[in-house]
Amino acid sequence: MDFYLAALIQGLCFSAIALGIFISMKIFNIPDITTDGSYTLGGVVTAKLLMAHQPVFVVLPVVIVAGALAGAATGIIHTKLKINALLAGILVMTALYSINLSIMGRSNIPINSVSTIFSLINISANPNNNTFWILIVFVAIITGVIGYLLKTDFGIAMRATGNSESMIRALGVNTDRMKIIGLALANALTALSGFLVTQFQVFADINMGIGIVIMGLGSVIIAETLINWFRITSVWLSLVLVLSGAVIFQMVLAFTLSSGVDPTLLKLVTAVFVLLIVSLPRLSFKGSS
Amino acid sequence: MIDITQVHKVYNRGKANQVNAVNGVDLKISENEFLVIVGSNGSGKTTLLNLVAGSVLPSSGDISIDGNNVTKKADYRRSEWIARVFQNPLSGTAPDLSILDNFRLAAIRTKRKGLSIGINPQFKKEVKDKIATLGMGLENKTEQLMGTLSGGQRQALTLLMSVMDTCRVLLLDEPTAALDPRSADIVMKTADKLVKDFGLTAILVTHNLKDAFVYGNRIIQMSEGNIIKDLNEQKKIALKQNDLFDWFA
Repeated sequence: MDFYLAALIQGLCFSAIALGIFISMKIFNIPDITTDGSYTLGGVVTAKLLMAHQPVFVVLPVVIVAGALAGAATGIIHTKLKINALLAGILVMTALYSINLSIMGRSNIPINSVSTIFSLINISANPNNNTFWILIVFVAIITGVIGYLLKTDFGIAMRATGNSESMIRALGVNTDRMKIIGLALANALTALSGFLVTQFQVFADINMGIGIVIMGLGSVIIAETLINWFRITSVWLSLVLVLSGAVIFQMVLAFTLSSGVDPTLLKLVTAVFVLLIVSLPRLSFKGSS
Repeated sequence: MIDITQVHKVYNRGKANQVNAVNGVDLKISENEFLVIVGSNGSGKTTLLNLVAGSVLPSSGDISIDGNNVTKKADYRRSEWIARVFQNPLSGTAPDLSILDNFRLAAIRTKRKGLSIGINPQFKKEVKDKIATLGMGLENKTEQLMGTLSGGQRQALTLLMSVMDTCRVLLLDEPTAALDPRSADIVMKTADKLVKDFGLTAILVTHNLKDAFVYGNRIIQMSEGNIIKDLNEQKKIALKQNDLFDWFA
Protein backbone atom coordinates (compact mmCIF):
# COMPACT_ATOMS: atom_id res chain seq x y z
CA MET A 1 0.00 0.00 0.00
CA ASP A 2 2.82 2.38 0.88
CA PHE A 3 4.12 1.77 -2.60
CA TYR A 4 1.00 3.23 -4.16
CA LEU A 5 0.90 6.07 -1.64
CA ALA A 6 4.41 6.96 -2.82
CA ALA A 7 3.17 6.89 -6.41
CA LEU A 8 0.24 9.11 -5.44
CA ILE A 9 2.63 11.54 -3.77
CA GLN A 10 4.84 11.58 -6.86
CA GLY A 11 1.79 12.19 -9.00
CA LEU A 12 0.91 15.20 -6.86
CA CYS A 13 4.50 16.46 -7.11
CA PHE A 14 4.23 16.23 -10.90
CA SER A 15 0.82 17.86 -11.08
CA ALA A 16 2.42 21.31 -11.25
CA ILE A 17 4.38 20.21 -14.33
CA ALA A 18 1.16 18.82 -15.81
CA LEU A 19 -0.56 22.18 -15.28
CA GLY A 20 2.42 23.91 -16.88
CA ILE A 21 2.31 21.66 -19.95
CA PHE A 22 -1.47 22.11 -20.07
CA ILE A 23 -0.90 25.86 -20.33
CA SER A 24 1.87 25.73 -22.93
CA MET A 25 0.51 22.88 -25.04
CA LYS A 26 -3.27 23.06 -24.74
CA ILE A 27 -3.81 26.78 -24.17
CA PHE A 28 -0.99 28.26 -26.25
CA ASN A 29 -0.52 25.38 -28.67
CA ILE A 30 3.24 25.55 -28.14
CA PRO A 31 5.25 22.34 -27.62
CA ASP A 32 7.59 23.57 -24.91
CA ILE A 33 10.74 21.52 -24.28
CA THR A 34 12.22 24.10 -21.90
CA THR A 35 10.47 21.95 -19.28
CA ASP A 36 13.41 19.53 -18.86
CA GLY A 37 15.68 22.42 -17.95
CA SER A 38 13.29 24.51 -15.89
CA TYR A 39 12.27 21.49 -13.81
CA THR A 40 15.90 20.82 -12.90
CA LEU A 41 16.39 24.56 -12.36
CA GLY A 42 13.56 24.51 -9.82
CA GLY A 43 15.15 21.56 -8.04
CA VAL A 44 18.66 22.99 -8.13
CA VAL A 45 17.61 26.40 -6.78
CA THR A 46 15.64 24.68 -4.04
CA ALA A 47 18.54 22.50 -2.94
CA LYS A 48 21.07 25.30 -3.08
CA LEU A 49 18.95 27.74 -1.08
CA LEU A 50 17.80 25.18 1.50
CA MET A 51 21.43 24.19 2.05
CA ALA A 52 22.19 27.89 2.56
CA HIS A 53 19.61 27.70 5.38
CA GLN A 54 17.02 29.82 3.66
CA PRO A 55 13.45 29.19 4.87
CA VAL A 56 10.94 27.54 2.51
CA PHE A 57 8.88 30.72 2.14
CA VAL A 58 11.95 32.47 0.71
CA VAL A 59 12.88 29.53 -1.52
CA LEU A 60 9.41 29.24 -3.03
CA PRO A 61 9.20 32.69 -4.70
CA VAL A 62 12.80 32.42 -5.94
CA VAL A 63 11.98 29.09 -7.60
CA ILE A 64 8.89 30.59 -9.23
CA VAL A 65 10.87 33.56 -10.58
CA ALA A 66 13.69 31.30 -11.83
CA GLY A 67 11.26 29.08 -13.73
CA ALA A 68 9.43 32.10 -15.12
CA LEU A 69 12.70 33.60 -16.39
CA ALA A 70 13.57 30.35 -18.19
CA GLY A 71 10.11 30.30 -19.81
CA ALA A 72 10.29 33.97 -20.73
CA ALA A 73 13.66 33.33 -22.42
CA THR A 74 12.05 30.67 -24.63
CA GLY A 75 9.12 32.99 -25.26
CA ILE A 76 11.32 35.89 -26.30
CA ILE A 77 13.44 33.71 -28.60
CA HIS A 78 10.28 32.29 -30.15
CA THR A 79 8.33 35.52 -30.65
CA LYS A 80 10.96 38.23 -31.12
CA LEU A 81 13.51 36.25 -33.12
CA LYS A 82 10.76 34.27 -34.89
CA ILE A 83 12.40 30.95 -34.12
CA ASN A 84 10.35 27.76 -34.11
CA ALA A 85 9.02 27.19 -30.59
CA LEU A 86 10.39 23.65 -30.41
CA LEU A 87 13.90 24.82 -31.30
CA ALA A 88 13.66 27.81 -28.94
CA GLY A 89 12.78 25.42 -26.11
CA ILE A 90 15.63 23.04 -26.95
CA LEU A 91 18.10 25.94 -27.02
CA VAL A 92 17.06 27.22 -23.61
CA MET A 93 16.96 23.70 -22.18
CA THR A 94 20.51 23.05 -23.39
CA ALA A 95 21.74 26.36 -21.98
CA LEU A 96 20.02 25.62 -18.68
CA TYR A 97 22.04 22.42 -18.25
CA SER A 98 25.22 24.50 -17.87
CA ILE A 99 23.45 27.08 -15.74
CA ASN A 100 22.10 24.40 -13.43
CA LEU A 101 25.49 22.75 -13.16
CA SER A 102 27.22 26.02 -12.30
CA ILE A 103 24.58 26.87 -9.69
CA MET A 104 25.10 23.47 -8.06
CA GLY A 105 28.87 23.39 -8.43
CA ARG A 106 28.64 19.58 -8.56
CA SER A 107 26.18 17.13 -10.05
CA ASN A 108 24.26 16.16 -6.93
CA ILE A 109 23.22 17.96 -3.73
CA PRO A 110 21.67 15.91 -0.91
CA ILE A 111 19.48 17.98 1.42
CA ASN A 112 18.71 15.49 4.19
CA SER A 113 20.43 17.68 6.77
CA VAL A 114 17.96 20.56 6.47
CA SER A 115 14.25 20.93 7.07
CA THR A 116 11.96 21.01 4.02
CA ILE A 117 8.38 21.99 3.20
CA PHE A 118 7.38 18.47 4.26
CA SER A 119 8.85 18.85 7.74
CA LEU A 120 7.30 22.30 8.14
CA ILE A 121 4.06 21.10 9.68
CA ASN A 122 3.25 17.84 11.40
CA ILE A 123 -0.29 16.77 10.65
CA SER A 124 0.26 13.05 10.90
CA ALA A 125 2.80 10.84 12.66
CA ASN A 126 3.36 8.87 9.49
CA PRO A 127 5.78 10.92 7.36
CA ASN A 128 4.20 9.74 4.10
CA ASN A 129 0.72 10.77 5.26
CA ASN A 130 2.16 14.07 6.34
CA THR A 131 3.75 14.62 2.94
CA PHE A 132 0.51 13.63 1.25
CA TRP A 133 -1.61 16.21 3.10
CA ILE A 134 0.89 19.01 2.65
CA LEU A 135 0.95 18.23 -1.07
CA ILE A 136 -2.85 18.18 -1.28
CA VAL A 137 -2.98 21.68 0.22
CA PHE A 138 -0.13 22.90 -1.99
CA VAL A 139 -1.64 21.51 -5.21
CA ALA A 140 -5.11 22.81 -4.26
CA ILE A 141 -3.70 26.32 -3.89
CA ILE A 142 -1.87 26.20 -7.25
CA THR A 143 -4.94 24.80 -9.00
CA GLY A 144 -7.11 27.47 -7.39
CA VAL A 145 -4.80 30.25 -8.55
CA ILE A 146 -4.52 28.90 -12.13
CA GLY A 147 -8.26 28.21 -12.32
CA TYR A 148 -9.08 31.71 -11.17
CA LEU A 149 -6.54 33.19 -13.58
CA LEU A 150 -8.08 31.36 -16.55
CA LYS A 151 -11.51 32.74 -15.62
CA THR A 152 -10.38 36.36 -15.54
CA ASP A 153 -10.41 38.70 -18.54
CA PHE A 154 -6.66 38.18 -18.81
CA GLY A 155 -7.16 34.41 -18.74
CA ILE A 156 -9.78 34.50 -21.48
CA ALA A 157 -7.40 36.58 -23.60
CA MET A 158 -4.71 33.97 -22.90
CA ARG A 159 -6.97 31.13 -24.02
CA ALA A 160 -7.94 33.05 -27.16
CA THR A 161 -4.28 33.68 -28.05
CA GLY A 162 -3.64 29.99 -28.69
CA ASN A 163 -7.02 29.53 -30.33
CA SER A 164 -7.52 32.39 -32.80
CA GLU A 165 -4.55 34.70 -33.07
CA SER A 166 -6.05 36.96 -35.76
CA MET A 167 -9.13 37.52 -33.64
CA ILE A 168 -7.34 38.33 -30.43
CA ARG A 169 -4.96 40.75 -32.15
CA ALA A 170 -7.96 42.54 -33.67
CA LEU A 171 -9.30 42.75 -30.12
CA GLY A 172 -6.25 44.61 -28.93
CA VAL A 173 -4.00 41.93 -27.43
CA ASN A 174 -0.26 41.85 -28.03
CA THR A 175 0.04 38.15 -28.78
CA ASP A 176 3.85 38.10 -28.52
CA ARG A 177 3.69 39.47 -25.01
CA MET A 178 0.92 37.05 -24.14
CA LYS A 179 2.97 34.05 -25.33
CA ILE A 180 6.00 35.18 -23.33
CA ILE A 181 3.86 35.52 -20.20
CA GLY A 182 2.24 32.15 -20.91
CA LEU A 183 5.56 30.33 -21.27
CA ALA A 184 6.86 32.08 -18.15
CA LEU A 185 3.81 30.88 -16.23
CA ALA A 186 4.11 27.34 -17.59
CA ASN A 187 7.78 27.08 -16.64
CA ALA A 188 7.22 28.65 -13.23
CA LEU A 189 4.80 25.78 -12.60
CA THR A 190 7.34 23.30 -13.93
CA ALA A 191 9.98 24.70 -11.58
CA LEU A 192 7.51 24.21 -8.73
CA SER A 193 7.45 20.49 -9.52
CA GLY A 194 11.25 20.51 -9.29
CA PHE A 195 10.90 22.29 -5.95
CA LEU A 196 8.52 19.62 -4.63
CA VAL A 197 10.33 16.57 -6.00
CA THR A 198 13.71 17.72 -4.70
CA GLN A 199 12.32 18.03 -1.18
CA PHE A 200 10.44 14.75 -1.46
CA GLN A 201 13.44 12.74 -2.64
CA VAL A 202 15.80 14.90 -0.44
CA PHE A 203 18.32 15.60 -3.18
CA ALA A 204 18.72 17.54 -6.39
CA ASP A 205 20.49 16.00 -9.34
CA ILE A 206 21.68 17.55 -12.59
CA ASN A 207 19.98 14.73 -14.54
CA MET A 208 16.67 14.79 -12.68
CA GLY A 209 14.96 16.60 -15.58
CA ILE A 210 15.88 14.27 -18.41
CA GLY A 211 12.71 13.21 -20.18
CA ILE A 212 10.51 14.89 -17.60
CA VAL A 213 8.55 16.69 -20.31
CA ILE A 214 7.05 13.33 -21.30
CA MET A 215 5.61 13.04 -17.78
CA GLY A 216 3.76 16.30 -18.24
CA LEU A 217 2.73 15.50 -21.80
CA GLY A 218 1.45 12.09 -20.80
CA SER A 219 -0.61 13.57 -17.96
CA VAL A 220 -2.11 16.22 -20.24
CA ILE A 221 -2.88 13.68 -22.96
CA ILE A 222 -4.64 11.42 -20.45
CA ALA A 223 -6.64 14.47 -19.33
CA GLU A 224 -7.36 15.49 -22.91
CA THR A 225 -8.68 12.06 -23.78
CA LEU A 226 -11.07 12.27 -20.82
CA ILE A 227 -12.02 15.87 -21.68
CA ASN A 228 -12.93 14.87 -25.25
CA TRP A 229 -14.63 11.72 -24.06
CA PHE A 230 -16.99 13.50 -21.70
CA ARG A 231 -17.16 16.73 -23.76
CA ILE A 232 -16.01 18.83 -20.83
CA THR A 233 -15.96 22.60 -21.30
CA SER A 234 -15.57 23.67 -17.66
CA VAL A 235 -12.15 25.14 -16.87
CA TRP A 236 -12.17 23.80 -13.31
CA LEU A 237 -13.05 20.27 -14.34
CA SER A 238 -10.35 20.34 -17.02
CA LEU A 239 -7.75 21.34 -14.43
CA VAL A 240 -8.86 18.59 -12.06
CA LEU A 241 -8.55 16.08 -14.90
CA VAL A 242 -5.02 17.32 -15.62
CA LEU A 243 -4.13 16.66 -11.97
CA SER A 244 -5.73 13.22 -12.20
CA GLY A 245 -3.73 12.62 -15.37
CA ALA A 246 -0.50 13.21 -13.44
CA VAL A 247 -1.58 10.80 -10.70
CA ILE A 248 -2.81 8.13 -13.13
CA PHE A 249 0.50 8.36 -14.96
CA GLN A 250 2.53 7.70 -11.80
CA MET A 251 0.17 4.90 -10.78
CA VAL A 252 0.69 3.13 -14.09
CA LEU A 253 4.47 3.47 -13.74
CA ALA A 254 4.32 2.18 -10.16
CA PHE A 255 2.21 -0.75 -11.27
CA THR A 256 4.65 -1.53 -14.07
CA LEU A 257 7.61 -1.49 -11.72
CA SER A 258 5.85 -3.59 -9.07
CA SER A 259 4.94 -6.17 -11.70
CA GLY A 260 8.64 -6.89 -12.07
CA VAL A 261 9.71 -4.83 -15.08
CA ASP A 262 13.42 -4.01 -15.04
CA PRO A 263 13.85 -0.40 -13.77
CA THR A 264 16.40 0.20 -16.55
CA LEU A 265 13.50 -0.04 -18.95
CA LEU A 266 11.45 2.60 -17.11
CA LYS A 267 11.90 5.34 -19.73
CA LEU A 268 11.08 2.88 -22.50
CA VAL A 269 7.93 1.83 -20.66
CA THR A 270 7.04 5.52 -20.19
CA ALA A 271 7.45 6.25 -23.88
CA VAL A 272 5.41 3.20 -24.89
CA PHE A 273 2.70 4.12 -22.39
CA VAL A 274 2.43 7.66 -23.77
CA LEU A 275 2.37 6.29 -27.31
CA LEU A 276 -0.42 3.97 -26.24
CA ILE A 277 -2.66 6.69 -24.80
CA VAL A 278 -2.05 8.93 -27.79
CA SER A 279 -2.84 6.24 -30.31
CA LEU A 280 -5.63 4.35 -28.56
CA PRO A 281 -8.47 6.77 -29.43
CA ARG A 282 -7.33 6.75 -33.07
CA LEU A 283 -6.97 2.98 -33.31
CA SER A 284 -10.41 2.27 -31.89
CA PHE A 285 -12.09 4.49 -34.51
CA LYS A 286 -10.20 2.95 -37.39
CA GLY A 287 -12.99 0.58 -38.29
CA SER A 288 -15.76 3.18 -38.34
CA SER A 289 -14.11 5.80 -40.49
CA MET B 1 -11.55 59.89 -40.17
CA ILE B 2 -8.99 57.83 -42.11
CA ASP B 3 -6.23 59.54 -44.11
CA ILE B 4 -4.09 57.46 -46.40
CA THR B 5 -1.27 59.47 -47.99
CA GLN B 6 1.00 58.14 -50.74
CA VAL B 7 0.99 54.64 -49.34
CA HIS B 8 3.08 51.99 -51.07
CA LYS B 9 3.29 48.33 -50.18
CA VAL B 10 5.94 46.32 -51.98
CA TYR B 11 6.55 42.63 -51.44
CA ASN B 12 9.87 40.96 -52.33
CA ARG B 13 11.49 44.27 -53.30
CA GLY B 14 14.31 43.90 -55.80
CA LYS B 15 13.64 40.25 -56.50
CA ALA B 16 12.25 38.75 -59.70
CA ASN B 17 8.91 38.20 -58.01
CA GLN B 18 8.53 41.78 -56.74
CA VAL B 19 4.88 42.73 -56.24
CA ASN B 20 3.67 46.32 -55.92
CA ALA B 21 0.51 45.42 -54.05
CA VAL B 22 -0.42 49.02 -53.29
CA ASN B 23 1.08 51.70 -55.49
CA GLY B 24 1.03 55.20 -54.00
CA VAL B 25 -2.60 55.35 -52.91
CA ASP B 26 -4.13 58.60 -51.63
CA LEU B 27 -7.47 58.14 -49.94
CA LYS B 28 -9.44 60.24 -47.46
CA ILE B 29 -12.37 58.57 -45.80
CA SER B 30 -14.58 60.91 -43.81
CA GLU B 31 -16.61 60.16 -40.71
CA ASN B 32 -19.78 58.08 -41.27
CA GLU B 33 -18.64 57.13 -44.74
CA PHE B 34 -19.40 53.56 -45.80
CA LEU B 35 -16.79 52.88 -48.45
CA VAL B 36 -17.06 49.90 -50.76
CA ILE B 37 -13.89 48.67 -52.47
CA VAL B 38 -14.18 46.47 -55.56
CA GLY B 39 -11.49 45.16 -57.87
CA SER B 40 -10.31 41.92 -59.37
CA ASN B 41 -8.04 39.47 -57.56
CA GLY B 42 -4.60 40.92 -56.93
CA SER B 43 -5.79 44.51 -57.35
CA GLY B 44 -4.58 45.39 -53.84
CA LYS B 45 -7.92 45.93 -52.11
CA THR B 46 -7.35 43.44 -49.31
CA THR B 47 -3.79 44.74 -48.83
CA LEU B 48 -5.22 48.26 -48.54
CA LEU B 49 -7.67 47.06 -45.90
CA ASN B 50 -4.87 45.27 -44.03
CA LEU B 51 -2.81 48.46 -44.16
CA VAL B 52 -5.63 50.33 -42.44
CA ALA B 53 -6.00 47.50 -39.91
CA GLY B 54 -2.27 47.37 -39.25
CA SER B 55 -1.79 43.66 -39.92
CA VAL B 56 0.37 44.83 -42.84
CA LEU B 57 2.69 47.83 -42.41
CA PRO B 58 3.34 50.12 -45.40
CA SER B 59 6.68 50.25 -47.26
CA SER B 60 6.27 54.04 -47.44
CA GLY B 61 3.60 56.67 -46.94
CA ASP B 62 1.43 57.68 -44.00
CA ILE B 63 -1.80 56.46 -42.48
CA SER B 64 -3.72 58.32 -39.81
CA ILE B 65 -6.93 57.50 -38.04
CA ASP B 66 -8.97 60.22 -36.34
CA GLY B 67 -5.99 62.58 -36.51
CA ASN B 68 -3.52 60.08 -35.01
CA ASN B 69 -0.62 58.93 -37.13
CA VAL B 70 -0.79 55.13 -36.91
CA THR B 71 1.60 54.31 -39.76
CA LYS B 72 3.93 52.23 -37.55
CA LYS B 73 1.37 51.03 -35.02
CA ALA B 74 0.76 47.28 -34.86
CA ASP B 75 -2.76 45.96 -35.42
CA TYR B 76 -3.45 45.30 -31.74
CA ARG B 77 -2.70 48.94 -30.94
CA ARG B 78 -5.23 50.15 -33.51
CA SER B 79 -8.07 48.21 -31.90
CA GLU B 80 -8.76 51.41 -29.99
CA TRP B 81 -10.65 52.59 -33.10
CA ILE B 82 -10.98 49.57 -35.34
CA ALA B 83 -13.14 46.45 -35.23
CA ARG B 84 -12.76 43.80 -37.93
CA VAL B 85 -14.77 41.10 -39.61
CA PHE B 86 -12.64 38.64 -41.57
CA GLN B 87 -13.34 36.73 -44.75
CA ASN B 88 -12.93 33.46 -42.89
CA PRO B 89 -15.58 33.17 -40.14
CA LEU B 90 -13.01 31.20 -38.13
CA SER B 91 -10.61 34.16 -37.93
CA GLY B 92 -12.99 36.54 -36.19
CA THR B 93 -13.90 34.28 -33.28
CA ALA B 94 -12.20 31.77 -31.01
CA PRO B 95 -13.81 28.36 -31.66
CA ASP B 96 -12.77 26.67 -28.39
CA LEU B 97 -14.11 29.48 -26.23
CA SER B 98 -17.77 29.92 -25.35
CA ILE B 99 -19.88 32.58 -27.04
CA LEU B 100 -19.85 34.40 -23.73
CA ASP B 101 -16.03 34.36 -23.51
CA ASN B 102 -15.80 35.67 -27.06
CA PHE B 103 -18.19 38.51 -26.25
CA ARG B 104 -16.32 39.30 -23.05
CA LEU B 105 -13.09 39.83 -25.01
CA ALA B 106 -14.96 41.97 -27.54
CA ALA B 107 -16.48 44.04 -24.75
CA ILE B 108 -13.00 45.01 -23.52
CA ARG B 109 -11.43 45.48 -26.95
CA THR B 110 -10.20 48.99 -26.16
CA LYS B 111 -9.46 48.26 -22.50
CA ARG B 112 -6.92 46.37 -20.44
CA LYS B 113 -7.51 42.65 -20.04
CA GLY B 114 -7.09 42.59 -16.29
CA LEU B 115 -7.06 40.07 -13.47
CA SER B 116 -10.70 40.37 -12.50
CA ILE B 117 -13.59 38.17 -13.55
CA GLY B 118 -15.69 40.19 -15.97
CA ILE B 119 -18.38 37.65 -16.77
CA ASN B 120 -21.05 38.33 -14.16
CA PRO B 121 -24.85 37.87 -14.29
CA GLN B 122 -25.30 41.43 -15.52
CA PHE B 123 -22.86 40.90 -18.39
CA LYS B 124 -24.51 37.60 -19.30
CA LYS B 125 -27.87 39.34 -19.56
CA GLU B 126 -26.41 42.14 -21.65
CA VAL B 127 -24.94 39.61 -24.13
CA LYS B 128 -28.21 37.67 -24.26
CA ASP B 129 -30.18 40.82 -25.07
CA LYS B 130 -27.68 41.83 -27.75
CA ILE B 131 -27.74 38.40 -29.41
CA ALA B 132 -31.54 38.29 -29.30
CA THR B 133 -31.61 41.29 -31.68
CA LEU B 134 -30.18 39.02 -34.40
CA GLY B 135 -33.28 36.85 -34.32
CA MET B 136 -31.23 33.68 -34.88
CA GLY B 137 -32.29 31.99 -31.67
CA LEU B 138 -28.74 31.99 -30.31
CA GLU B 139 -29.54 33.93 -27.14
CA ASN B 140 -30.00 30.74 -25.11
CA LYS B 141 -26.78 29.15 -26.32
CA THR B 142 -24.30 31.64 -24.89
CA GLU B 143 -22.46 28.94 -22.89
CA GLN B 144 -21.89 26.90 -26.06
CA LEU B 145 -18.52 26.81 -27.75
CA MET B 146 -18.23 29.21 -30.68
CA GLY B 147 -16.92 26.35 -32.82
CA THR B 148 -20.28 24.55 -32.70
CA LEU B 149 -21.97 27.32 -34.70
CA SER B 150 -22.23 27.66 -38.47
CA GLY B 151 -20.15 30.12 -40.46
CA GLY B 152 -23.10 32.45 -40.94
CA GLN B 153 -23.93 32.49 -37.24
CA ARG B 154 -20.30 33.13 -36.34
CA GLN B 155 -20.01 35.96 -38.84
CA ALA B 156 -23.18 37.59 -37.52
CA LEU B 157 -21.89 37.29 -33.96
CA THR B 158 -18.52 38.76 -34.99
CA LEU B 159 -20.39 41.80 -36.29
CA LEU B 160 -22.28 42.12 -33.06
CA MET B 161 -19.04 41.73 -31.10
CA SER B 162 -17.55 44.70 -32.93
CA VAL B 163 -20.01 47.09 -31.28
CA MET B 164 -19.68 45.61 -27.79
CA ASP B 165 -17.06 48.27 -27.10
CA THR B 166 -16.68 51.79 -28.48
CA CYS B 167 -16.00 51.44 -32.18
CA ARG B 168 -15.28 54.14 -34.77
CA VAL B 169 -14.17 52.13 -37.79
CA LEU B 170 -15.53 48.81 -39.00
CA LEU B 171 -13.46 46.84 -41.52
CA LEU B 172 -15.32 44.19 -43.48
CA ASP B 173 -13.05 41.93 -45.56
CA GLU B 174 -15.34 39.95 -47.87
CA PRO B 175 -17.45 38.98 -44.86
CA THR B 176 -19.92 36.92 -46.89
CA ALA B 177 -17.50 35.15 -49.25
CA ALA B 178 -17.73 31.87 -47.34
CA LEU B 179 -21.47 31.98 -46.68
CA ASP B 180 -24.61 30.68 -48.37
CA PRO B 181 -26.86 33.37 -49.95
CA ARG B 182 -29.35 33.50 -47.08
CA SER B 183 -26.72 33.82 -44.33
CA ALA B 184 -24.84 36.31 -46.50
CA ASP B 185 -27.96 38.42 -46.72
CA ILE B 186 -28.48 38.39 -42.94
CA VAL B 187 -24.83 39.29 -42.32
CA MET B 188 -24.83 42.20 -44.80
CA LYS B 189 -28.11 43.59 -43.48
CA THR B 190 -26.81 43.35 -39.91
CA ALA B 191 -23.61 45.12 -40.93
CA ASP B 192 -25.53 47.89 -42.66
CA LYS B 193 -27.81 48.35 -39.66
CA LEU B 194 -24.90 48.53 -37.21
CA VAL B 195 -23.06 51.05 -39.39
CA LYS B 196 -26.14 53.28 -39.44
CA ASP B 197 -27.19 52.78 -35.79
CA PHE B 198 -23.75 53.39 -34.36
CA GLY B 199 -22.65 56.03 -36.89
CA LEU B 200 -19.58 53.98 -37.87
CA THR B 201 -17.07 54.65 -40.59
CA ALA B 202 -16.93 51.43 -42.57
CA ILE B 203 -14.86 49.87 -45.33
CA LEU B 204 -16.24 46.87 -47.20
CA VAL B 205 -14.07 44.85 -49.54
CA THR B 206 -16.21 42.63 -51.72
CA HIS B 207 -16.40 40.59 -54.92
CA ASN B 208 -20.17 40.56 -54.75
CA LEU B 209 -21.25 43.35 -57.11
CA LYS B 210 -24.83 43.20 -55.90
CA ASP B 211 -23.65 43.99 -52.35
CA ALA B 212 -21.36 46.68 -53.74
CA PHE B 213 -24.38 48.18 -55.49
CA VAL B 214 -26.83 47.95 -52.56
CA TYR B 215 -24.63 48.96 -49.63
CA GLY B 216 -22.38 51.90 -48.88
CA ASN B 217 -22.34 55.56 -49.82
CA ARG B 218 -19.07 55.64 -51.73
CA ILE B 219 -17.44 53.14 -54.04
CA ILE B 220 -13.91 52.83 -55.40
CA GLN B 221 -12.44 50.39 -57.87
CA MET B 222 -8.85 49.26 -57.56
CA SER B 223 -6.57 47.82 -60.19
CA GLU B 224 -2.88 46.90 -59.94
CA GLY B 225 -2.49 48.74 -56.66
CA ASN B 226 -4.14 51.97 -57.79
CA ILE B 227 -7.55 53.53 -57.34
CA ILE B 228 -8.98 53.82 -60.85
CA LYS B 229 -12.56 54.85 -60.06
CA ASP B 230 -13.95 56.83 -57.10
CA LEU B 231 -17.68 57.59 -56.92
CA ASN B 232 -19.17 59.71 -54.14
CA GLU B 233 -22.68 59.34 -52.73
CA GLN B 234 -24.58 61.18 -55.52
CA LYS B 235 -22.68 59.38 -58.23
CA LYS B 236 -23.14 56.04 -56.48
CA ILE B 237 -26.90 56.56 -56.27
CA ALA B 238 -26.95 57.38 -59.97
CA LEU B 239 -24.93 54.27 -60.72
CA LYS B 240 -26.82 51.35 -62.25
CA GLN B 241 -25.97 47.78 -61.38
CA ASN B 242 -25.13 47.04 -65.00
CA ASP B 243 -22.59 49.88 -65.05
CA LEU B 244 -20.84 48.11 -62.19
CA PHE B 245 -20.67 44.87 -64.19
CA ASP B 246 -19.22 46.87 -67.11
CA TRP B 247 -16.32 47.95 -64.87
CA PHE B 248 -15.10 44.39 -64.97
CA ALA B 249 -15.83 43.74 -68.64
